[in-house]
Amino acid sequence: MTDLTDLGVRALRDGVRAGEFSAREVADAHIVKVAAAKPLNAFLVETPDHAIAAAKAADDARAAGETLKPLAGVPIGMKDLFCTKGVQSAAASHILEGFKPPYESTVSQKLWDAGAGMLGKLNMDQFAMGSSNETSAFGNVISPWRRNDGGNAALAPGGSSGGSSSAIAARLCPAATGTDTGGSIRQPAAFTGIAGIKPTYGRCSRWGIIAFASSLDQAGPMARDVTDCAIMLEAMAGFDPRDATSLDAPVPQWEAGLNPSLAGKTIGIPKEYRVDGMPAEIEALWQQGIDWAKDAGAEIVEVSLPHTKYALPAYYIIAPAEASSNLARYDGVRYGLRDLPDGAGLQDMYAATRADGFGDEVKRRIMIGTYVLSAGFYDAYFTQASKVRTLIAQDFDNAWEQCDLLLTPTAPSAAFGLGEKSDDPLAMYLNDVFTVPSSLAGLPAMSVPGGLDKQGLPLGLQIIGKAMDEQGVLNAGLAIEQRAGFAARPEAWW
Amino acid sequence: MSVDKATVERIANLARIALSDEEIERLAPELDNILGWVEQLGEVDTSNVEPMTAVIPNKLRLRDDIVTEGNQRDAVLANAPQAEHGFFAVPKVIE
Repeated sequence: MTDLTDLGVRALRDGVRAGEFSAREVADAHIVKVAAAKPLNAFLVETPDHAIAAAKAADDARAAGETLKPLAGVPIGMKDLFCTKGVQSAAASHILEGFKPPYESTVSQKLWDAGAGMLGKLNMDQFAMGSSNETSAFGNVISPWRRNDGGNAALAPGGSSGGSSSAIAARLCPAATGTDTGGSIRQPAAFTGIAGIKPTYGRCSRWGIIAFASSLDQAGPMARDVTDCAIMLEAMAGFDPRDATSLDAPVPQWEAGLNPSLAGKTIGIPKEYRVDGMPAEIEALWQQGIDWAKDAGAEIVEVSLPHTKYALPAYYIIAPAEASSNLARYDGVRYGLRDLPDGAGLQDMYAATRADGFGDEVKRRIMIGTYVLSAGFYDAYFTQASKVRTLIAQDFDNAWEQCDLLLTPTAPSAAFGLGEKSDDPLAMYLNDVFTVPSSLAGLPAMSVPGGLDKQGLPLGLQIIGKAMDEQGVLNAGLAIEQRAGFAARPEAWW
Repeated sequence: MSVDKATVERIANLARIALSDEEIERLAPELDNILGWVEQLGEVDTSNVEPMTAVIPNKLRLRDDIVTEGNQRDAVLANAPQAEHGFFAVPKVIE
C-alpha cells in the first residue's frame, strides 16, 4: 500500500475524489508522522482534531455524492504567523505566547472553506525576522536534510518559514502556508528541496496575518512541486475588503493554466546577480537552469538591474522601520505578555514587557527601525530608501521591455549549519541577496529545486515574473522542475 | 555617524524596550555596523526620484461608514492580561 504521506496535494485530492483512499486515512497517516517528528521542532501546536474534522467532512460529502471541494482530503500545516481562531497564534514569540485569536485570518479561512484541514501551527523565525529559523522563542527548527559527510550537524531549514519547509521536506504535510517579506518562502524552499511561490503583493490578503513589514509581507504556498503550489495558491488568493492593499482582481485558474512550454518566452539573466564569492556549484546550477529554459523553448537574454546592490540596504531600512511601527502594539495591555515589576507605572510596564517578550533579533530590528524613523534621520534613511526602492522597481520595469521572466539562483549558498551565522547579523542578512529585490518591487517569484550540491544538499532556482503574472512564473517553474527531475529526499533520522 | 551607548539608550527609550547594561554594550557596535552598511544608499543619486508609496498600483477604497462587526467586547477583551468591568486595565497613571 502507498504511504499516503509520500503523496502531494494533487495526488491526495484526486485519490480522495476517486475513492482510492479516504480523507480520514490521509489525515491519520499525517497526524502519526507529525507526532513522531518532535526532534525537528517544526510544529509548535498540533491540531489533529481540526484535520480529522475536515477529513470527516470530505468523506461525508463523498458518501453523499456531493462534489468535493478543491482541497477536500488535504491536510496542511499553518505557519504560526496566521491567526487561527481559538488556536495559539504567537508568531513564535514569547510576547504572544498563549494568544488565542477570536478570529480567523482570511487566507486560513479560505483554505478551510476549500476543504483543507489543519495539522498544526508551524514554527518560524520570531515575527518572521530571520533566515535560519534560529530566532524562534520556542527553539530552532531542524532541517530533515543532513550533509553526506557522515556527520550529524544540524542544518538550518531556512527562514523565516522554516517550520513549513522542514515539515514538507520531511513528509509531515504535503503543503503549508508561508509568508515572504524578503525571501521567507523562497529561501527555506531552496534549502529543503521543495517549491514555494510568493505571489504579487496584494494577491493574498494580509488580514489576520501578524504584521512584520506591511508594504512587503505577502502570503504564499509551499509544497513539494509546482502543481501543488498552483492548487494551494488558487485557494489562498483573492480580493479581501478587510485588507486596504488587497488587489481587486479575479483569481486565475493557475492549475488549469499550467503549461511547461516556454516557446515564445524570453528569459532574462540579470548580470548583477553574479555576486562575488558565489560558490561554483551555484553558478553551475544557474547555467544548468538556463540550459533547461532553452530546452523548454525560451530565448535567453542578459539584462541589467543596476540598483541590485542597493536592495539589501534599502530593505534593512524599510522593513525594520515598518516593523518598529507594527510591533508598537505589543504593550502588555490588550493581548499577550504583561511584565509589571513591583511598583512600576505604565511606561515601565511597556518597557519591561517588551524587554521580556521580544527576542534579540526582534529587538535589534525595532531599534534600527526606531533609529531610522527618529527625528532628524527620517529623510536621510527612510525617504532615501523609499526612493531607492522606486529605482529598484524601475530596474525591473526596464528589464520587462527585454524579457518576460528572470531566472536566478534563490540563495547564495546551500543550507548552512545552525549557529554558523547567528553571531553575525549582517552575514545572515546577506542570505537574502537574490530574493529581496523582487520583494521590494512586489513581484511574483518562486523557488524550485534544481539539484544537489557536493554535500548532498538541495539548491534552488528562482523565477521572477511581472506583476500579476503568477502563471508565467509557475509555467517556467514547471519547465525547470520537469527537466531537473529532482527526486532526492532526506533520510528519516528523526 | 557612529552609534554610542547614549544613542542606544535614547532609541531604546523611544522604542519602550528596557535594556540591561550588557545589552547596551552589545547593541552599540551591532547597530553601528548595520547602520554603517546601509549608509551606502547615500551614493545613489535620487534627486529626481519620488519615494515609493505603493508597490503595486492600487487605489485606496472607501467603504460605507457603518458598523460591520460590533458588539464584540468580550471577544476583544478575552486575551487581555488584565480586564476589569469590561475595560482593559493598566497600572495607575498619575503624573
